[in-house]
Amino acid sequence: MSEIQTLQQTMSADFDSRNLDWYIDKLVQSVVFFAGISAIIFIIGIFVFITIEGFGFLLEDFSFREFFLSPFWEPSDEDAPEYGILALVAGTASVTGLAMVVAIPFSLGAAIFIGEFATGKLREFLKVLVELLAAIPSVVWGFIGLSIMNPLIIDLFDVPVGLNVLNAGVILGLMAAPIMTSIAEDALKAVPDRYREAAEALGATRWQVIFKTVLPAAKNGLLGAVLLGVGRGFGETMAVLMATGHAVNIPGSLFDPVRALTATIAAELGETAVGSPHYQALFTIGIFLFIITFLINLTADLIVRGIRKG
Amino acid sequence: MFAESELNIRNKRVQNLFRILFLMMTVLLVIPVIIILGMLITKGGSIISIDFLFTYPTNGMTAGGIFPALLGTVWIVAVALLASVPLGVAAAIYLNEYAADNWFTRLIQLAIINLAGVPSIVHALFGVGAFVIFFGFGTSILAASLTLAIMTLPVVIVSTRESLRAVPQAFREACWNMGATRWQTIRRVVLPNAVSGILTGVILEVSRTTGETAPIMFTGAAFFLPFLPQGVFDQTMALSLHLFVVATQVPGVPENLPYGVALVLIAMVLLMNSISIAFRMYLRGKKKW
Repeated sequence: MSEIQTLQQTMSADFDSRNLDWYIDKLVQSVVFFAGISAIIFIIGIFVFITIEGFGFLLEDFSFREFFLSPFWEPSDEDAPEYGILALVAGTASVTGLAMVVAIPFSLGAAIFIGEFATGKLREFLKVLVELLAAIPSVVWGFIGLSIMNPLIIDLFDVPVGLNVLNAGVILGLMAAPIMTSIAEDALKAVPDRYREAAEALGATRWQVIFKTVLPAAKNGLLGAVLLGVGRGFGETMAVLMATGHAVNIPGSLFDPVRALTATIAAELGETAVGSPHYQALFTIGIFLFIITFLINLTADLIVRGIRKG
Repeated sequence: MFAESELNIRNKRVQNLFRILFLMMTVLLVIPVIIILGMLITKGGSIISIDFLFTYPTNGMTAGGIFPALLGTVWIVAVALLASVPLGVAAAIYLNEYAADNWFTRLIQLAIINLAGVPSIVHALFGVGAFVIFFGFGTSILAASLTLAIMTLPVVIVSTRESLRAVPQAFREACWNMGATRWQTIRRVVLPNAVSGILTGVILEVSRTTGETAPIMFTGAAFFLPFLPQGVFDQTMALSLHLFVVATQVPGVPENLPYGVALVLIAMVLLMNSISIAFRMYLRGKKKW
């Protein structure tokens, strides 16, 4: 390709073909370049704009100790508003943690079955099914948590309210599993077939090939899939807003209602006056969420890239 | 030919055991969702009718249809596509046809991955800060659509790039050798060969945009409006937010109403996805090179 480029350059120098087409070409090149860097601009833009909106709070009312260590989120208290996100972080973490307990075994198991055992039509069918499951909108999942899981949990465990860590965790797990399955399946597919052939030539059975050869080789990709699942659980909004019970609370059991960071923003932003400390505090939570998910995605990317190079 | 040794038999048994175990895991992943979808259909199916789709909500949203929400979703999705498809396709053209394989391109890719990974509620905050307040669009279809456009941009970029990559390099080289410029090559050779692949990505984006709720909550979608939007600076109702509202915010809603809304929403999304998948398979079968 580079040879052709040089050839093209020398040719255009020789014939001085700077006609209209040449200028159009240059113009298009700069247009698509700006489109190309738009993703970078947007990422920076997101950070800048949410920081601008939350800046007043960061300067005046923000106290590192209170924000991260206080379990009290009472922004509308008139005398002494408190902005502690500890309970919200605990809510997000407990729900995401349970979601991963649900999603990791099933999505990795499903990925292994689809990638290593299933063949032909069955494989195609399962892949399409997983893709369709991944497309179900989060607000529908939230509604399922609210109207189907809620009475189910009340019946099964004899508890007064079914909107709690268990409900949101299972919903979020079901939601994240299809995406994790397809990423994990990609990671298994990235393991070259000669690894499998070599292991089989040594007399390994199918499951030995999978456990001793394929899984170790795909380890990083699988870890990346899990991390992306965590990132998704962390950032999920509508489902956790509707299924957690929305009570500021550090959970002591699976049946405690909690409140997530994302859900707090979604529930309260509409009620606050633009520019008020409460409004700015919500944007500060947004900055925190942005940084956390950025780090998770960055780590996942580095881990997945790591194997591609090595 | 060979007698089955004890080891052979044991290995086979273990293998079958694992096969069944993993099959069970796959089935357990899928079954609950199938059951849930079945429940949505049985509980919400009774309310779905032409009237439900094409009339206004009445009695404080406890009766009537979903027409304004349906139409609002079409508005929001259409405007979001107008913004994100040209931008996303151009970005993919840059990445696949122009960009060198260096740290800068890696940086762009990292930004795209992160754009897809930023929580939807953070996109919503950005939409409020940038489009509603800074650019002064107010809470409007324009602000909501642009927020969604940025959020779903990675879908368009990634799928377009895939289909550009699938066009063989020899096609481009042949065209360059005829004296065509880079852009002429892209426009006459690369894009025509990739256009159907790009289209599957666009359909996928429509499906994503249709279901998103959090990014439009504060940027342009309203709980209830008695009139239809007249232009991009109006607020509108939207189907996804309407589901949230009738499920959580309105007292006295009959049980089958939110199920019906959920059913319509999920049907739209899954239909769009199925079209995209079917289209992709058809193209794979038709591929000449």
